[in-house]
Amino acid sequence: MTDLGFVETQRVVLGTEDDPLVLASGRSLTHVEVAYETYGELNAARDNAIFVCHALTGDAHAAGHHGDPARRGWWDNLIGPGKPLDTDRFFVISPNLLGGCQGTTGPLSTDPATGRAYGLDFPLIAMSDFVALHRRLLAHLGVERLLAAVGGSLGGMQVLQWAIEAPEQVGAAVVVASSSRLTAQNIAFSAVAREAIMRDPGFLEGRYAESGEPGPSTGLRIARMMAHITYLSEEAMSEKFGRRLQADAPGQPRPDAPATGMGLGVDFQVESYLAHQGQTFLDRFDALSYLYLTRVMDYFDPFADPDAAARVAAGGTRVLVVSFDTDWRFDTRHSLRILHTLEHARVPVTFREIRSPWGHDSFLLTPPGYHDTIAAFLDRAAEVEGGAA
Amino acid sequence: MRPDLAIVAGLVPDGARVLDLGCGGGRLLAHLAERGCTVQGVEIDGEAVIRAIRRGVPVIERDLEEALGTFADGAYDVVVLSQTLQAVVSPARVLTEMRRVGARGIVSVPNFGLWRNRVALLRGRMPVSTTIPHAWHETPNIHHSTLADLEALLAEVGASVDSRILLDERSRPLRVGVWPNLRAAAAIYAVR
Repeated sequence: MTDLGFVETQRVVLGTEDDPLVLASGRSLTHVEVAYETYGELNAARDNAIFVCHALTGDAHAAGHHGDPARRGWWDNLIGPGKPLDTDRFFVISPNLLGGCQGTTGPLSTDPATGRAYGLDFPLIAMSDFVALHRRLLAHLGVERLLAAVGGSLGGMQVLQWAIEAPEQVGAAVVVASSSRLTAQNIAFSAVAREAIMRDPGFLEGRYAESGEPGPSTGLRIARMMAHITYLSEEAMSEKFGRRLQADAPGQPRPDAPATGMGLGVDFQVESYLAHQGQTFLDRFDALSYLYLTRVMDYFDPFADPDAAARVAAGGTRVLVVSFDTDWRFDTRHSLRILHTLEHARVPVTFREIRSPWGHDSFLLTPPGYHDTIAAFLDRAAEVEGGAA
Repeated sequence: MRPDLAIVAGLVPDGARVLDLGCGGGRLLAHLAERGCTVQGVEIDGEAVIRAIRRGVPVIERDLEEALGTFADGAYDVVVLSQTLQAVVSPARVLTEMRRVGARGIVSVPNFGLWRNRVALLRGRMPVSTTIPHAWHETPNIHHSTLADLEALLAEVGASVDSRILLDERSRPLRVGVWPNLRAAAAIYAVR
C-alpha cells in the first residue's frame, strides 16, 4: 500500500449556452465549469471507473498532493495503490460539486447574463443537479457505466440519488455515514449556521465578493464551529480535550488572558480547537456555497417518491450502507432507514455499523473494519463487473 | 460446503427469495445465488460479514432478533435458521417472526438428546461433541434442546413440519429413522 504522488486538478466546461445545464428547478446554467481529479488509468473496456462524491466542504482533491507531500487529499487514506480504491486497478474520478467554491461553478462564479458574480441570484439547486453534472463529467471522460460510486455524508446522498436516477449506470453504490432524509434536529443545525452567515453585517446581501470586503467571516466561522461540534462524538471531544485549559498546554502562552483565573475568551482547549477550525475554514470555503449546499441537504428526500427504491432494484445496483456507532450527525437510524427502504424493494443491500469513537468524522478516518468492508465490497464488484485495469 | 448446509440448500427451490438469519460467511447464500435465488443474509459477527461481502452476498450486520421485525410480511419464500435458534434469546419469538416473514422455514438444530450427550450427563458432565462443540461456560448456544423439545415448540407457535432430516454426528443423513431423539446428532426441519 503506497500513497499517490503529485496530482493536478483539471477543469472542463460541461455546460454552455447551446447545451445548458437545466436544473431540477427549471432554471438553466449557461456556463458550467467543473474542477476534477482522476487517479489511476481507465482500462480499455472502460469498466473500472469509481466515482467519488465529496461531502459538504470537500473538494476535487481527494488523494495525492499538489506539491507538498505532507498536505494530502481528504480521502488519501482510502484512495491509492493497494488501498481500497486501488488506483493500480481502478480509475477514480473525483469532482468538486455544483454550487461549490473549489473550481466548479457556484454562487461566486460569474453570471454570464450580468458579467458579475451570481451571489444570491445563483439558482437553488437539488441533489439531482449534482448528479446531472456528475453524469456530464462521466460522459466527457468516456465512461458509460461505473464500477462503483462512493461517498460519505453529503457524498453518500449523491451516490444514493444517482443509484435511484440511473441505477443502470452504477454497478455498486457505497453510502457511508449518510442519510435519505434529514431530521428536524439536522435541519435546525443548518438553520442556525445559515442565520449566522446571513446576519453577519459583512454578508452584504451576498454581494461581498465584488465589494472587496472580507465577507461574512464571523458568521461563516461560527457556522463551522457549530458544525464541528456535530462532527465529533462527545466521547471523542472528551478524549481529545476533556476540560483542559489552554494554560495547561505547554508552550502555548495566552497573552490575551490573565495567567490565572477565568476569562471570557478562549480558555478551554476545546474552544481553541473550534476557533482554529473556524479560522482555517475561512481560507478555503465560501459562505454562499455553505448556504446553498446545506439547503440541498435539507430538502433531500428521495424516498418520498414511492417508486425510488424499486428503480434501484430494477437497475441491479448493489448497495453498501455503512454507519458509525458514535455518529450523531447522521446516526445509525439514518442508515437503517436507507437499508430498510431498499431491502423492502428487494435491492441487494449490505449494511454495517462500524464501531468507532470519532463520531461523524469517522468516515474520513480508519476505524477497524471500515476500509476492509469497502475493499471487500469493491473487490467483489470488480469481479462481477469484470472491471480492473 | 458443510454437509448439513448442502442438505439445507437441497430444500430451497431454484429462484426462490431466501433470507438466511445467521448466515455466517455466506457460503449457503452464495451457492443459492448461483442457482438463481435472490438472497439476503443477517449476521452479527463482523469477520464473517466481511467474508460474506467478499463472496457477493448482501448481508445485514445486526442482531437478528432486532433485525427480524424490520422485514415485511411474506417478503421471502424461504427463511433459513441454520444452527442459529439455539443461540437466540427468544426462540419462540424468532420462530413466529420467521413464519411471518417467510412462506416457508428451514430450521436446523443440534440435538441435546443424542445418546452420547445423555451418557455425558449421566456421568455428571455437560456434553461436548461434534454438534455441541463448546464447553458449557463458553458456548454461544444458550438454549439447548432435544428434537422432542423443538418439535413441541414448533407446534406451540403453529408451525407445521413438512419434512425432517435426521443427521448423524458427521452431519450425514441417518439411514434409519428409529429412535430419532436418541440417535440423531442434529436435524433439519422444513416447516411452514
